Amino acid sequence: MEPIKIIDALACPLPLANVDTDQLIPARFMKEPRSVGYGRFLLHDLRHDGEGRPVADFILNHPQAAQAKTLVARRNFGAGSSREAAVYALVDYGFRCVVAPSFGDIFASNSVNNGLLPATVSEEDAEALLAALGDAPAVLNVDLESQHITVGELSVTFDITPTWRTKLLNGWDDIDMTRQHAVEIERFATRYASSCPWLATEPSQLIARG
Amino acid sequence: MTTPTTLFDKVWDAHEILRSESGQSLLWIDRHFVHEGSFHAFNKLHERQLAVARPDQTFGIADHYVPTLTRRLDAIEDAKVRGMIEQLADNTRRHGITLFGLDDPRQGIVHVLGPEQGLTQPGLLMVCGDSHTSTHGAFGCIAFGIGASEVAHVLATQTLWQSRPKKMRLTVEGELAPGITAKDIALTWISRLGADGARGYAIEYAGSAIRSLSMEARLTLCNLSIEGGARCGMIAPDDTTFDYLRGRPFAPEGEPWEQALAYWQTLKSDDGAHFDREVTLTAADIAPTVTWGVSPEEALPIDGRVPDPAAQHEVGKARQLRDSLDYMGLTPGQKLTDIAIDRVFIGSCTNARLEDLRAAAAVLRGHRSKVPGIVSPGSTQVKYQAEAEGLDTVFIEAGLEWRESGCSMCVGMNGDLVPAGERCASTTNRNFKGRQGPGARTHLMSPAMVAAAAVAGRLADVREL
Ligand code: SF4
Repeated sequence: MEPIKIIDALACPLPLANVDTDQLIPARFMKEPRSVGYGRFLLHDLRHDGEGRPVADFILNHPQAAQAKTLVARRNFGAGSSREAAVYALVDYGFRCVVAPSFGDIFASNSVNNGLLPATVSEEDAEALLAALGDAPAVLNVDLESQHITVGELSVTFDITPTWRTKLLNGWDDIDMTRQHAVEIERFATRYASSCPWLATEPSQLIARG
Repeated sequence: MTTPTTLFDKVWDAHEILRSESGQSLLWIDRHFVHEGSFHAFNKLHERQLAVARPDQTFGIADHYVPTLTRRLDAIEDAKVRGMIEQLADNTRRHGITLFGLDDPRQGIVHVLGPEQGLTQPGLLMVCGDSHTSTHGAFGCIAFGIGASEVAHVLATQTLWQSRPKKMRLTVEGELAPGITAKDIALTWISRLGADGARGYAIEYAGSAIRSLSMEARLTLCNLSIEGGARCGMIAPDDTTFDYLRGRPFAPEGEPWEQALAYWQTLKSDDGAHFDREVTLTAADIAPTVTWGVSPEEALPIDGRVPDPAAQHEVGKARQLRDSLDYMGLTPGQKLTDIAIDRVFIGSCTNARLEDLRAAAAVLRGHRSKVPGIVSPGSTQVKYQAEAEGLDTVFIEAGLEWRESGCSMCVGMNGDLVPAGERCASTTNRNFKGRQGPGARTHLMSPAMVAAAAVAGRLADVREL
């Protein structure tokens, strides 16, 4: 994964609360292999009207939106379904960072696993950032080392779990990290199995009792 | 004297392999469920040429994409849908994982099947690439949803890195009024605390009203923990739990059962254990509750009225209200019981167990539904049991369709969709925009309330029927 230190690029304002993962990528697109590129599915049903035509004033249809790397939204971003496809859609579109006052738990950890920074700011700071961006993409600077977001004169701080910050700064992958602990895992598994002998998973009968 | 410990911490500590310098725990996973959507994770595993660490603790379940009109794979017309089910069968076969496939008599929605088969047990740590994995916490285990990268990690290592969440105790004291269900408790607390109100917390549900809930109702309550943003929800195991589990196919028997039981009886929060947050509800205050908007927090007692954005002083909130009302096609101040519906859906891992179908059938018996609708049992076993009791006849005579088990219209991945602009009274868990299909309008409520809405052709108070 590509490490993140500074993201200095256009940011899109998305002044909506509760943008759930069902909206980020509607379920009907999730049968596709990742190789088709999930960016085109991002917020599909907000971007298009019932007839499939682009909604003119929706931010992702702005001519400059495709160059944006940061999205600024309201509270509870990425709530709901655990679908990592929601993060694939954001990343494939080009985003490296989402700024919001709160995130769905599973969405946030999915983000970090795909090199997308979930930056938590206060409600007031989110409003200030949205106001500073206005209604078109504008340049915004995210500094992961100092945990600052800057738009013009406005500078605010953001929160991120320290482990996630380290992972993103280094572009680390969990599986590699964990495999270094193979011996401890094995030791634990042996001790655990002997302390919980009832956990073997052979079914006693094939069908549930009536 | 040892320090008083919460139920959550007892289970967490029993699974902690090590703690990193930054404070994250590497946790051992007891049970891992995979479904059709887990293909991204299997692909990651294949790219890196990794094996599945513990196929014996991994279980495959076909539920998200399965058709509800047939159990025959070759009868599925949409090649991509068929492909999703085949891909799961291929991946599980290749790695020696037990599969509860389309035509298996044990098939069902993962969160119905796990408890029913006795795979879900107190004290376990369970994960699945599905957010409603919180359901299984009803047995006093830690269970939560994970994303595809984490699914790949669990497949490869049988472990997961996690930060210990804060603990919240949600106590419901007293007696629930007749007709009030776990769904009403859940929608009530979520509407009060918000859809992110429990973010960062593991919830333990406690209090006399919770203790008196059946296992099925506890599953419904824990299922909806995620809709309030919680990492997971759990209930200390008791005789209700043990009685439910005894004799299930994957439950221990004989001597191992006795050993397990002795351990399970220790699984409760000690007196004086510290919770980071305490929330208390009075059971008697909880009314039959329905959602009117596009987030589970947008819920109200059935005798209420659609909120008015003009009465909301905060600009952002007023705008959000207007947006929800606009999507839902509702007028401010309208009585909830004046909202006419176009169809009903009884199904999903939230409310499609036998008890739920009985509750809906009890209301529908001898009536006709004014609107079309689907009933999809939570599992094939539930379907058989319901048919043995004649519940299928009640639904069919009411004019509803009696289908096979699967996620169905909860998420519409198999093609069971609510048409754009139509309004559906639903026993599911998410009223998000487009959740049941592009442009679909969803009102969440309990099975009996959906049945009442079917009979009335509009949202209705089950207490008045
Ligand atoms: S029924 Fe709905 S919520 Fe439950 S597992 Fe299936 S899609 Fe998810």
